[in-house]
Amino acid sequence: MIEQTAGKGAARAARRGLGARRRGGAGGTMRRPGVLTYGFLGAVILGSVFPLWWSFLVGSHDSSVISKGVPLTPGGNFLANAATVLDSIPFWKALSNSIIVSTVTAASVVLFSTLAGFAFAKLRFRGSKVLLVFVIATMAVPTQLGVVPLFIVMAKLGWTGSLWAVIVPGVVTAFGVFWMTQYLRDALPDELIEAVRIDGASMIQAFWYVGLPAARPAAAMLALFTFVATWTNFFWPFIVLDPSNPTLPVALQLLQAAHFVDYSIVLAGAVLSTIPLLLLFAVAGRQLVSGIMQGAVKG
Amino acid sequence: MAVTDRVHTPPPTRQRAPRDKSVKRLAFSQKVSKWDVKLSPYLYISPFFLLFAVTGLFPLLYTAWVSLHSWNLIGGQGEFTGLENYEFVLAQPFFWNAVGNTFSIFLLSSVPQVVIAIAIAAVLDANLRARTFWRMGVLVPFVVAPVAVGLIFNNLFADQAGLVNEMLVGVGLDPVRWHSDSLASHAAIATMVNFRWTGYNALIFLAAMQAIPRDVYEAATIDGAGRLRQFFSVTVPMLRPTIIFVVITATIGGLQIFDEARVFDQAGLGGADRQWQTLTMYIWELGWGQRNFGRASAVAWLLFLIIVIIAMANFLITRRIANQGGRQ
Repeated sequence: MIEQTAGKGAARAARRGLGARRRGGAGGTMRRPGVLTYGFLGAVILGSVFPLWWSFLVGSHDSSVISKGVPLTPGGNFLANAATVLDSIPFWKALSNSIIVSTVTAASVVLFSTLAGFAFAKLRFRGSKVLLVFVIATMAVPTQLGVVPLFIVMAKLGWTGSLWAVIVPGVVTAFGVFWMTQYLRDALPDELIEAVRIDGASMIQAFWYVGLPAARPAAAMLALFTFVATWTNFFWPFIVLDPSNPTLPVALQLLQAAHFVDYSIVLAGAVLSTIPLLLLFAVAGRQLVSGIMQGAVKG
Repeated sequence: MAVTDRVHTPPPTRQRAPRDKSVKRLAFSQKVSKWDVKLSPYLYISPFFLLFAVTGLFPLLYTAWVSLHSWNLIGGQGEFTGLENYEFVLAQPFFWNAVGNTFSIFLLSSVPQVVIAIAIAAVLDANLRARTFWRMGVLVPFVVAPVAVGLIFNNLFADQAGLVNEMLVGVGLDPVRWHSDSLASHAAIATMVNFRWTGYNALIFLAAMQAIPRDVYEAATIDGAGRLRQFFSVTVPMLRPTIIFVVITATIGGLQIFDEARVFDQAGLGGADRQWQTLTMYIWELGWGQRNFGRASAVAWLLFLIIVIIAMANFLITRRIANQGGRQ
């Protein structure tokens, strides 16, 4: 895929003063970017953070203040609004549901995708090329449009309203399989598999002791992206889950329906529901960035 | 490779079998091992294919079947009605309204998004200080759920005393009726989509820009091309595959837009006159609002065809544009 190291290496060389020219943007000129560049980026970052800040501002005042125009400093009403949020939607239930669904989905996507990626990248079998192309092609299929029959199936199974209905359709993704195949092809030397095979390991042992450890860095990124995508997913959970047993985005929509007059409570809820992923971002944002730059696609 | 030293060799299993009874067992274990080698790959890839068959392909095909029947959410399958659902749906003004809204929102989101993302990527590609900070900063909106984005921007774009309107009034313009004027509501919803995805796509473009060999730029510099000229004559044409990729994923996702538009008001049907009802919202209204699965499936199948056609057209057009860029 995309070769990042060339850029990085060149940058490092430039910093050391080895290269005659710094690796700088279009043109590879030596100069450091000026105020204009940083100003532009600052504006972009302001644009990406401001809506969240705004949400907190509105959520920290009460509605009587808001009707006169929102002040640009936070008020002291956030906890009171948060308490109203907890009263009007099953917030903790939604939070734990979101954690369960996202964690289980991420874990199973990683396991099944690595297993399939191991097979596609390292094992020889009839039809492997065609099957891999098929996997890639399915990424372009808008499966969301199959909601009606999927709902019928879930109703037949008695799964509507249960978390299974949300988890099961996502336990392995075409993107995950493709991603792990790409990674393992380079990261796992064939000799290593041959070596453990000669030592008497079965296929699944070879996968477990050699394939899985080699896949670890890519698996971590895949887990991260799957987690975020599942956490933020709305359409299908909204259709198949009951209001009494929602995930966070579904609960947020309920909150809006209940409190559309008092927006300070709705936005306090929006803040509360975003905090877990912001924490995740603080810890793993770096990995998200490099994951995207190595070719992650929209989940 | 760092990987090698983490490998745990499994305990050797069948090396010390006593000689006398080992011949038969060896033959047996060889047979097992042979099947292991032959079947394991298929076993390992089967979860994906099974799941895709059951939750992807089958529902999609079955949608066509449901669309040919009268079919109720509660009552289930009714009689075969042929193309009646399609005739009904295609005669509905709300259907064509939803088609128009979907395309309008899609164009307002995808085109500016790609252009701005490339611009941001070009700036991020400069020799920045604290580059990780800037890259992460651009990505913050990605972790905000579309529903939360929708709720926040719904407030920013409030018709009365919303921040955007206050600012418009502040600079001497008229306030915009974001929640009643059709095109204005599309712009507001497109803004939400752009908010969430522009930074993400900027990072994809950035990665592609870094993969462009630097000597191409050196050659351009020697030929006397300025920075702007280099950007349009070297960078943009070299980004062609990435642009195609981003545009196609944006198409597949963008034509199915639901979340942001759904929460743009509390009723969730796309406004009093369905000013911002998208096709996916229309599917929801028919299927779960009116409980008519037959008609909902007809719309789903039509949307599927639209997406396939647009994705292919997109592919051809982007390719042509990018090609022309390369020839300049």
